[in-house]
Amino acid sequence: MRRVAVIGTGHSKFCFNSPKTSLEMLAEVALDAINEANITPRDVQAINVGNVLGPFEEGQGMIQSFFANDIGCFNVPASRFEGACASGSMAVRDAVLLVASGYYDIMLVGGTEKCTAMSTGLATRTFSMYGDSRYEFPSGFTFPAVFALLAHLYAKKYEIPLAALKEQMAAVSVQSHEYAMKNPNAQIHKLISKEDVLNSFMVSTPIQLQDACPFSDGAAALIIASEETARRLVKKPVFFAGVGQASSGKLSSQYKYLPQLHAREVACQQSYRMAGLTPKDMDLCELHDCFSIAAMIAAEGLGFFEPGQSGWAWEKGETRLGGKIPINISGGLKAKGHPIGATGVSQVYEVTLQLRGDMVEQGRQVEGAKYGIIDTLGGDGVLLSLIMTNQ
Amino acid sequence: MEYKLTWQEYNKALKKDRLMGLRCEDCGKFTCPPMMVCAECVSTNLKVVQMSGRGKVVSFTTSYIAGEGRENELPYTIVLVELEEGPWIMGNLVGVDPKRVSMDVMGRSVELGYRVYPGDKFSSGDMARPAFSLRD
Ligand SMILES: [Zn+2]
Repeated sequence: MRRVAVIGTGHSKFCFNSPKTSLEMLAEVALDAINEANITPRDVQAINVGNVLGPFEEGQGMIQSFFANDIGCFNVPASRFEGACASGSMAVRDAVLLVASGYYDIMLVGGTEKCTAMSTGLATRTFSMYGDSRYEFPSGFTFPAVFALLAHLYAKKYEIPLAALKEQMAAVSVQSHEYAMKNPNAQIHKLISKEDVLNSFMVSTPIQLQDACPFSDGAAALIIASEETARRLVKKPVFFAGVGQASSGKLSSQYKYLPQLHAREVACQQSYRMAGLTPKDMDLCELHDCFSIAAMIAAEGLGFFEPGQSGWAWEKGETRLGGKIPINISGGLKAKGHPIGATGVSQVYEVTLQLRGDMVEQGRQVEGAKYGIIDTLGGDGVLLSLIMTNQ
Repeated sequence: MEYKLTWQEYNKALKKDRLMGLRCEDCGKFTCPPMMVCAECVSTNLKVVQMSGRGKVVSFTTSYIAGEGRENELPYTIVLVELEEGPWIMGNLVGVDPKRVSMDVMGRSVELGYRVYPGDKFSSGDMARPAFSLRD
């Protein structure tokens, strides 16, 4: 297979109540990515789009075709990827494989979502569609509830008093808000304290409002190309070194591994193996912190910390710039925002800019970073792992 | 090849207070809720059996938010229960004040009952759900 690189990027500001439609948000960042890659819409051979709840947000299904037309990619094959919050990463992985195979040389990958067009009640209802509708939704399944169940399991299994675990969880949120202050695309530019987290509204015990990411609007886009094409078009291509994807069933069916998510281990082992790298080689990580406890579980599943240890790592600053493994220097889903179909593409955008050394101006560059890993979780059932490098 | 135990059949039985599952004729392990194959060994040599309905709470959460149309149920407690036969299942904990449920509930023995969720415009009809009560 051929090496594949990101050669163009675009990212909207993530926000609440965007005045633009999902398609408009995506078209704008797609043109930014096209311009940065020194190509025109006529050079794009195929399009992958992550979009999850378009039908509920704007009554729009099959957004990819209308999007392709709007940006002048007339009659170009366009596919929509739907894997809940990992949709964008799925769209990226498939594009990487299609270009690696030699079938296409240049693809556009985008993700867009307008979650805040829905009321909170409808958003909560539609998000819960990404759990098992037959055997688990009837019990009142919501995603906060899933991670709340995992948080109590985590406390019990690793023998961490709940009060101590809640402090660790708060440390995750506090860090994310700090880095989001430096990210102009972030939805939330507001510092919070541990006390703010611990005094926030109780959503689903033990998860409080400030343990959770917000509902968000936003879009991100990438141009992906073969190495040969990439070297011809841009000075600093950033390559995909490894990709992985794994599925899992309803939460209860994963019981042998909980609170860890086995699919994550399967997915990241694929990407580590393909890259010939280990967790120790990683210089930065963007991972799926839909909830603070989710971030902790992810950091362990990816191999950065022993199970039950990551909370202390956050508290000691090992996840900050200069720490053992800088995690979510973007502000993460928690403070950068989480427009679900766009999130995976946004994570790749972040790691690409870090590996190009383009974050100096924003004051959050991981010095000398060579390898970055992206982790995205979709609903109960899909885990994506992508490793990128500037080498 | 047909399902040994469909969702509809499972649902109908649960509404009669019976939790149905599958026992694998090859490896002897149980799969519940049902699947097309044995969750352990992927065999399709499965027998429909009634589960004991007893188990212990392995995790819980009391939810103060609900999706559109279910706000009237708040607050409610969701539990993961390890059934006597091995598998875990999601259900509700009833007969206790949800606001008072704490980590002390983890490990407690429970017994199956059921409640019916009437469904909404997105679901295909009503659905029974396990509603567990503490045994001690
Ligand atoms: Zn079996």
